Amino acid sequence: MNPAPAGSAPAGSAPAAPAAPATLAKPELKRTREGFGHGLVELGEKRPNVFVLVGDLSGSTNVNFFAQRFPDRFIQVGIAEQNMMCVAAGLAATGKIPYLATYGAFASCRSADQIRVTVAYSDLPVKIGGAHGGISVGPDGATHQAMEEIAIIRSIPNMRMIVPCDYWETRKATVAAADDPHPDYIRFGREPVPVVTGAESPFVIGKANELRAGSDVAIIACGVMVYEALVAAEELLARGIAARVINMHTLKPLDVEAIERAARDCGAIVTAEEHQIHGGLGGAVAEAVVRSHPVPMEFVAVHDRFGRSGKQEELMAAFGIKSPDILRAAERAMARKVRR
Amino acid sequence: MPRLEFSLDQLRERALFVRRDIIALLARSQSGHSGGPLSSTDFGTALFFHEMNLNPERLDDPQRDIWHFSIGHVTPVIYSLMAERGYFPLADLLGFRQFAGHLQGHPSKHDTAGIEVSCGSLGQGLSVACGIALGSRHDGNPRRIYCIMGDGEQQEGQIWEAAMFAAHYRLENLVGIIDYNRKQIDGDVQDVMGIAPLADKWRAFNWHVIEIDGHDLKAVLDALQEARRTQGKPSVILAHTVMGKGVSYMEDDYRWHGVPPSVEQAEKALIELGTSLDAWTRRLQTHATRRVAPSANGAAE
Repeated sequence: MNPAPAGSAPAGSAPAAPAAPATLAKPELKRTREGFGHGLVELGEKRPNVFVLVGDLSGSTNVNFFAQRFPDRFIQVGIAEQNMMCVAAGLAATGKIPYLATYGAFASCRSADQIRVTVAYSDLPVKIGGAHGGISVGPDGATHQAMEEIAIIRSIPNMRMIVPCDYWETRKATVAAADDPHPDYIRFGREPVPVVTGAESPFVIGKANELRAGSDVAIIACGVMVYEALVAAEELLARGIAARVINMHTLKPLDVEAIERAARDCGAIVTAEEHQIHGGLGGAVAEAVVRSHPVPMEFVAVHDRFGRSGKQEELMAAFGIKSPDILRAAERAMARKVRR
Repeated sequence: MPRLEFSLDQLRERALFVRRDIIALLARSQSGHSGGPLSSTDFGTALFFHEMNLNPERLDDPQRDIWHFSIGHVTPVIYSLMAERGYFPLADLLGFRQFAGHLQGHPSKHDTAGIEVSCGSLGQGLSVACGIALGSRHDGNPRRIYCIMGDGEQQEGQIWEAAMFAAHYRLENLVGIIDYNRKQIDGDVQDVMGIAPLADKWRAFNWHVIEIDGHDLKAVLDALQEARRTQGKPSVILAHTVMGKGVSYMEDDYRWHGVPPSVEQAEKALIELGTSLDAWTRRLQTHATRRVAPSANGAAE
């Protein structure tokens, strides 16, 4: 449910994880896609029925790790995402646990009909690895910057949607998905991103992790924005504001209880995501908040526009999804609190 | 209860029953497709009552062969074949497309026991069959996988992604059957979006291609045997058929693709098929039990 009410350090951090705030300024950087690749190898050793399919992107999704170890359970599909999604469904129908990997832009949009009709309607345990999620993909530009996956996948019955925040969490989400009898979508990125959890940090699909305690405002984030939220919280603390930081790694099923608690305790919520503002984390949290405990909310997200080429850092700044944006949003949300 | 291996006479009779079922259930539902189900009836009957090893008593029997209709809209023939083969009571056919029934407009795995994977969006089924074929081969399972496609469906790009995949992985346990009735919902396939030369296309994709008259049951059985003998590549059977086969006013008329007969039209069709709407509906209602074995003389009543 609610993991150990954390202080300023990430909950349950292992020796490998940096302790906040000392390393927040200079965090360890690691690729989430490597977490996916290493998670698959871990699974391959434990489970003979785990298969991996890829659409000509072995290296950039890091399923090449699995391919080298378990070539007889690795299926190259070529550049054919729609076929890949349904081949995976067929494998699942024979008792396999198929993981497939392609860029999130293609997994979520190009094969959306295949996910909806063949995978989700049949509720088959197909595990979709959506690589290169978000604008942080950088130079490839708008076509390859997937920023709609949460909205698409979340709207399809039976689907699970996971957006891990770092290397360790991606690895754990990848492994955990094998135990889920339903279809899962795991979104991860390309560039190295700050490590904010550790090998021993708790991870349960559908259970949010509180990384930082506070009751002035709650910052609910997913993916790489969890790090930005932690940085913003540190800045807020310097201004005398205690921000709760919640890592909402699972978008569906949503940890409504953690959201309601945050609304009740903090009275103001900021959501932060590397995704379009419509239908993503912010929308999901708002749906929960307005039902039970309406409080002022601010949304840090990409505001209904396509991405463009550039460096990760400059894009995130230009699209308004860096820690200063979260900080300002928190102040706005707090200013809107109804005073008794 | 593995393969039934009905004789040709028994198959002909069962195909007639299936056609009567299709008309009777459509007359009741007043919603659904007529043309495609009737054109796929003969090879469908050959599959269910001769070719395939099926076990309706134990749906997860690992020895079972796999059938998957990529053309999900032909549920009238799918459900009739399933009921006639003992998957569920014949009476259930009268609940087709109705809220209280378990027979959805398009096949649903979680509504109808025996459906392997839900489908209904054209072009996806062959890919699913590829996954099942590959997984089965990996397990050393000798089962065979049959995927039934439409001719209009050949216009979907994903079909050709799957065709490439199956040949690349040499899925010799996979058989595609195309209901080549030359009609689709907007008109003649040739006019809507030509697919010819279809056999050449599949050959070019490295499949073993067999062309037959899809209403000639002997030819269907022979083609399925030829597919079994084919090694190192998947086989596709181009079954040339007539849309609406068996009902004079429906035959070869694309307007019967997606509509059911009225009650009066169904009466007329069932008289052509040697029975009446009342009699056949009663037969469906009263045969609530599973009945699958062929009788000695092929007469099933």
